[in-house]
Amino acid sequence: MAESHLKIAVKRIRRDGLAVAGFCVICVFALIAVLDMVPLPRRGVSGVKWNLTVLDAVFKKAPEKSYSPPLAKKGILNRKEFTLTSRHLIGTDNLGEDVLYNALKGVRTAFIIGIVPSLIAGIFAIILGLLAGYYGGWIDDVIQYIYQVLSSIPGILLLIAMLMVMERGLWQLCVALGVTSWVGLCRLIRGETLKVKNMEYVEAARALGASDFRLLFRHILPNVMYLVIIEMTLDFSALVMSETVLTYIGVGVEPGTGSWGRMIMMADRELANAIWWNLTAASAFLFVLVLAFNLFADALRDALDPRLRGDL
Amino acid sequence: MIQYIIRRLLLSIPTVLGVCLVTFLLFNVFASPEAVARKQLGKNPTSEQVKAWVSAHGMDKPMFFNLDTDKGGHVHAFDSRFWNHMRELVFFQFPESDYLHEKVGDLIKAKIGPSLSITIPAFLLSILITLPLALFVAYYRGTYIDRFALFICVILMSIVLLNYIIFGQYLLAVVFKYFPIYGYDFGAGAWKFVLLPIILAVAAGLGSSVRFYRTVMLNEVRADYVRTAMAKGVSEEGILFKHVLKNAMIPILTVTVLSIPFLITGSLLLEIYFGIPGMGNLMINAINSADYPVIRTLVYVYSLLYIAGSILTDISYTLVDPRVTFE
Amino acid sequence: MIDDGLSDTAETVLEIENLRTHFFTGEGPARAVDGVSVSVGKKRTLGLVGESGCGKTVTALSILKLIPSPPGRIVGGSITLSGKEILPLSEVEMRDIRGKLASMIFQEPMTSLNPVFTIGTQIMEAVRIHTDMGRAEAREIAVEYLAKVGIPEARRMMLQYPHQLSGGMKQRVMIAMALCLKPPLLIADEPTTALDVTIQAGILRLIQDMQAESGTAVLLITHDLGIVAEMADEVAVMYAGKIVESGPCISIFSSFVHPYTEGLFKSLPGRTEKGSRLYTIAGSVPSATGFPPGCRFHTRCPLAIEKCNLEEPLLVEVGGDHRCACWVRAGEPA
Repeated sequence: MAESHLKIAVKRIRRDGLAVAGFCVICVFALIAVLDMVPLPRRGVSGVKWNLTVLDAVFKKAPEKSYSPPLAKKGILNRKEFTLTSRHLIGTDNLGEDVLYNALKGVRTAFIIGIVPSLIAGIFAIILGLLAGYYGGWIDDVIQYIYQVLSSIPGILLLIAMLMVMERGLWQLCVALGVTSWVGLCRLIRGETLKVKNMEYVEAARALGASDFRLLFRHILPNVMYLVIIEMTLDFSALVMSETVLTYIGVGVEPGTGSWGRMIMMADRELANAIWWNLTAASAFLFVLVLAFNLFADALRDALDPRLRGDL
Repeated sequence: MIQYIIRRLLLSIPTVLGVCLVTFLLFNVFASPEAVARKQLGKNPTSEQVKAWVSAHGMDKPMFFNLDTDKGGHVHAFDSRFWNHMRELVFFQFPESDYLHEKVGDLIKAKIGPSLSITIPAFLLSILITLPLALFVAYYRGTYIDRFALFICVILMSIVLLNYIIFGQYLLAVVFKYFPIYGYDFGAGAWKFVLLPIILAVAAGLGSSVRFYRTVMLNEVRADYVRTAMAKGVSEEGILFKHVLKNAMIPILTVTVLSIPFLITGSLLLEIYFGIPGMGNLMINAINSADYPVIRTLVYVYSLLYIAGSILTDISYTLVDPRVTFE
Repeated sequence: MIDDGLSDTAETVLEIENLRTHFFTGEGPARAVDGVSVSVGKKRTLGLVGESGCGKTVTALSILKLIPSPPGRIVGGSITLSGKEILPLSEVEMRDIRGKLASMIFQEPMTSLNPVFTIGTQIMEAVRIHTDMGRAEAREIAVEYLAKVGIPEARRMMLQYPHQLSGGMKQRVMIAMALCLKPPLLIADEPTTALDVTIQAGILRLIQDMQAESGTAVLLITHDLGIVAEMADEVAVMYAGKIVESGPCISIFSSFVHPYTEGLFKSLPGRTEKGSRLYTIAGSVPSATGFPPGCRFHTRCPLAIEKCNLEEPLLVEVGGDHRCACWVRAGEPA
């Protein structure tokens, strides 16, 4: 049953030109992210191992002294011009790093932040939502109480608190984001489980002697999965955008990891000096990725929505 | 109705207590007082300084029950970190901020005004603009107007609030100098400082709000009762503005009423960028300086607001949907 | 058409000729209604019968031009309501017609009424759209009709909300709303399918009573032959977007001709001997995007011959006003 729904969904999405364009863009970004995850076996000077990836091999340029506008021949340091050692498509930032390179490094971070917390949250939400919806009774009460308490605490504070405990870092951030955002999806899954568990095919399976575990995972879960997929694709954009804000507040990824948030963070001071390219590059990359995901996610949601599937 | 409210309030007591417990655990168990002290005291404090700080903040008392006898030979079993924490919050005896050396209660009173001066106008303006826009788009559903509008909404939604603020502030305040860049004035002079933040807040939310309201309305348009109304000869305007709108209010109210208590918390980014001395600012500074008393008080206050919000939302349902009664 | 002295146009309320309503989807055009011609006269009931998906509801919606416009469209034919040509009318002109020249009641009374308005308001709305009556006058009419459809304590009921009424009462309200302006035609799309069997009879009798009182023509759409037997004067059997058999009810019930009609009758449990297997028509209804060539029923028909695969049969008179479209049973047109 699940196969043909997938095929129908794919067919529908293919008809939406914008969604397809979005998907292509996502693929391009994903490729960049993957390139950034494949390590280069290389030893730097004096035996120190650098964490270089294929992306670095292609795009990393030697840092200049300081700022320089896009495609310029000269840069500015302390109001004095200096010559650049290579061409920079989008200029360099205050540390002289190539801006295009920084922006590309941010892609991997964006993908990880966009996907991993969703997966973590998804696991919590699925297990707790299924249990709460299926068993009801005190299990349901306990789980509902837990998520009521958690949702009463503003997410940001919970996040900060968790991060104060763990060190800063990309993966820690993912865990913290995941653990603080499973509540919404859990509610949805619980609601859907309540609806589905009384459906005839579940009754039929139970009458045939299926165990609870089997019922939950072979019969109920597949019919609840569409919610998870929709939510994950919708959350991607929100998570990527939140990384930006969190970095600004100071709880984002550690320095050294690519981050569009950090690039944007320097914007004020830069804009005052008419340096626009750093901010624009990061904002543009962020915008394009989020837009692509929004377009694709919309089409995906329409294709998977069971109500819309029934109509002509 | 009063009975209902009282019942809901009573039922939310366990949740509130749960919230207090969670904050307590977070800041006492997961993050040790020493770590917090170190953060507060700045660079490389000596261990005596740390100890003194911890002692002054009552963080060296036992966790849950205090079974030591004091000088007078009495045992104050409940003079422990946990019970002091709970007592402060539950009885609204908010502590003093570590950093700012004022009572948090006073701080909140001072900072609510500025936050509200942005959030309330932004909220009202947003509804006034987005609802009619959504109705307009719903009227032209299926046409190019609809698809174009939807595309614009998705584009607007894909721009982070941070970008709206940075670019907006730069273009409108710095380059064109239509607005002051930064700052706040209490009293009558406030309006010129809050205009730009309000405009940016509304603009940033425009895309997602219009899209959401449009989805809600189109959902209603597909309903059977709309088909019946059309079969009676009701005009397109009548269907949208009478039949659909009233039904659409139900989900719309859920979202809007729920956000009303949070108008008090203020927008973090807006307040930082525009130098508004509001609640958001308070929270950010507290976080950055690990000002634990402020943080735990704010968490408590916010959770109360959330509960108030959900009770308000449920009450508003009963006013709009005749199928819902106080049960 | 009924040839018993009532066929002059003054007495024909609804005349549909060669109606074609297609839906243009991603998978190709769905020819939901593909050349349907029926008519209903004053005080007469035409039963439009067929399985789900045969196009009966689309036909009904086409009369009031309520077909959702992307993806559907009326592509051909003509519909005449009390002498007025419907298809060329604009949307604004149609609003005048809906509720006044023809009304429709639907299958699901549970969701067909607006849950946030009182039933009184909803009936009054119908009245006030088409007349310039004030509130008080409209209220009186609403109360009058609520009483007529058998709602007890009509005046008090005006203030009730739909969810406070049972399914049967809601359907009665729908009927009141549909008939309060005395339209010449009532279209009833499976009005009792969603109701308990015990309530069904009451609703059907109500429709008959209202019809007798005001002379309304009724287009009754159903898949239930039992209802047709009770209510209809004429019957038209639809399959895959086409009428395959039509005629006076008595004629069709006593001497059905078309193999599909035969199949429908044979499938009735009452017709099968106790203990033997229930009859079913082999195969399933084809999807509207992929009708078989020639006669649309031939792939499921036990009588199919070569010709059935090649050409679509036309409606041929087989006696009186009884018509059938079948190469085997009815042959060529005279």
